[in-house]
Amino acid sequence: MLKIFNLYAFSLIICIAPIFLSAQVSAEIIHNERSLYRNIIVEDTGDLRCLRFNVKNSQSSQSCFLKSNPQSLVFNYTKLLFSALLVNNQPERILIIGLGGGTMSNTLQQIFPQSRIDNVEIDPSVIKVARQYFGFFENEKVKTYTQDGRIFIKRALLKKQKYDWIIFDAFNGDYIPEHLLTKEFLTETKRLLSENGVLTSNTFSSSKLYAHESATYQSVFGEFLNVRNKKNNNRIILVSSQQLPSDKDLLQRIEGLKYQLSPFNIDIAAIYSSMASSNTHQDWPKKTRLLTDQFAPANLLNLE
Amino acid sequence: MQNTWQNPLIYLLAFTSGFCIMGIELLGGRILAPFFGSSIHIWGSIITVFMLSLAIGYLVGGKYSTQSASLKRYGGIFIIAGLFILPIALFASPIMEWIFLLIEDSRYGSLLASTALFFLPTIVLGMLSPYSVRLLVTDKNESGQVAGKLYFISTLGSAIGTIVTSFYLVLFFEVNQIIISFSLILVILGLGAILANKYSTAQEVNYA
Repeated sequence: MLKIFNLYAFSLIICIAPIFLSAQVSAEIIHNERSLYRNIIVEDTGDLRCLRFNVKNSQSSQSCFLKSNPQSLVFNYTKLLFSALLVNNQPERILIIGLGGGTMSNTLQQIFPQSRIDNVEIDPSVIKVARQYFGFFENEKVKTYTQDGRIFIKRALLKKQKYDWIIFDAFNGDYIPEHLLTKEFLTETKRLLSENGVLTSNTFSSSKLYAHESATYQSVFGEFLNVRNKKNNNRIILVSSQQLPSDKDLLQRIEGLKYQLSPFNIDIAAIYSSMASSNTHQDWPKKTRLLTDQFAPANLLNLE
Repeated sequence: MQNTWQNPLIYLLAFTSGFCIMGIELLGGRILAPFFGSSIHIWGSIITVFMLSLAIGYLVGGKYSTQSASLKRYGGIFIIAGLFILPIALFASPIMEWIFLLIEDSRYGSLLASTALFFLPTIVLGMLSPYSVRLLVTDKNESGQVAGKLYFISTLGSAIGTIVTSFYLVLFFEVNQIIISFSLILVILGLGAILANKYSTAQEVNYA
C-alpha cells in the first residue's frame, strides 16, 4: 500500500515539477517581508527587478528597473512626472513624497547632481528594501526621512523651507492616505512651493475619486495640467506657482530637454503631446464635492 | 416597583453609548491625521487613551452607582458625556496645532492630542456600563446574566457603530457633523431618561 502511494506521489512530483521550474524562471521572488504597513515583495523577472506591495495583483508594481541598465526608466508614469521640467528646468530643491524603489530620486540625482533631494517615506521597510535591492543612492544632498508626508510638509513650513519641485508618489498602493488628498493639505503644499515651484502628483485616472480630486486641485491651484499616457490608467496632475509657460516657450524648452533626458528613456516631446489643461478639458461635473480634512472618504470613493 | 419599559430604555441607552464610543474612536484617526499623520503609532495613541479612560470610567461609574442610584442620575451622565464630546468638534484644530508646535515627535504628540480630545468624554461614557448594571440588577442570582446581556448589547452597539461610521457615515457627512450628531443623541437620550424617571416617580406617587 505504502509503495503504491509512494509511486503515486513520485509521479505527481514529476508532473508538477516543470510547472514550478518554469514559474521560477519567469518570476523569482528574491525578497518578501511584512512591514508595519504592507507586504513588500521584490521580484526578478529576467533582467527586470520590481517592487510590489501586494501578492495577488500583478499590476500593482511600485517601482521597476532593468538590472543591466538601471538608469533607463521602465514605468510610463515615472516618465510623465518629468513634464514638470517643462515648467521649471532647473529645480534646485526637490521633495519626493513616497519613495518606492527610489528610482525617481536616483534619476533626478543623475540629471541634477547639484540639487538637494529630500525623500519622505512612511514605511522604514520600504527605505531598507530600496537601499538593498534597488541601488537607492543617498549622499549629503540626497536625504531620506521616515515620516508621514503631511507632517513633513507641516514641519517644513514651520522652518520656512521652499521647494522648486514637489512630487507626490504616495497613491499607487492599495490603501490611499486620505489626509494627502484634502484641500487643507494642498493649501499647505502650495505654501511650500518656491516662486517658480512646480508640483506633480501621480494619482487617479478612474473611479469616482477622479472627479473629487480634480475639483479639489482646481479649487486650490486654479488651472492645472493633466498628463496621461495612452492607456489612460495613470495620470499626473501638474500645477505651477507661476503662470504656465506659453506654447512657444514650451516648444523651446522641449528642444533643450530632449538630449538631457533621452539617456533615461524619456521622450519629452511625447509627454508634451499628452498634456491637457483643466481649463479647456474640464471633464468632471461642476458641482463635485471637494475633499477636505472633514470629508475625505477616498478609499471608499475609489471603489466606485 | 419597576416599570416594564425601564429596562428596555436602559438597554437602548447602553447600546447607543457603545455605538458612540466606537464611532468617535474610529473618527479619531481621521481627526489626528492632519497634524500627526497616519503612521501606525497614531492608532496606538488612540486605542491606548480609549482603553485607559474606559478602565477609569468603569471604576468611577461603579463607585458612583453606590450612592442612591437612579435613572435621573444615569441620564445626567449621558448629558455630561454628550457635552464633553462637543469640544472634539469645536476645538480640535487649535488644540492639535498647539500640541504640534510643542512636541516634535508625532508619537508623543498624538498621545497627548488623543488625551486632550478623548480622555474625559470616554471616562464619562465608560461610567455608563457599571451604572447600567446597578440599575438593571434586582436579584443577586441573576446579576451575572444581567451583566452579560448588558455587555452583549453595548458591545453590539460598538460593533454597529464602527461599521456604520466607517462604511457609510464618512461617505456622506463631515467628521464634525457626525461628532455633533453623537453629542445631540447622547444629550437627548439623557433628557429622555430624566423625563422617564420623573414620569415613573409621579406614577409611584399616584399609586401611593
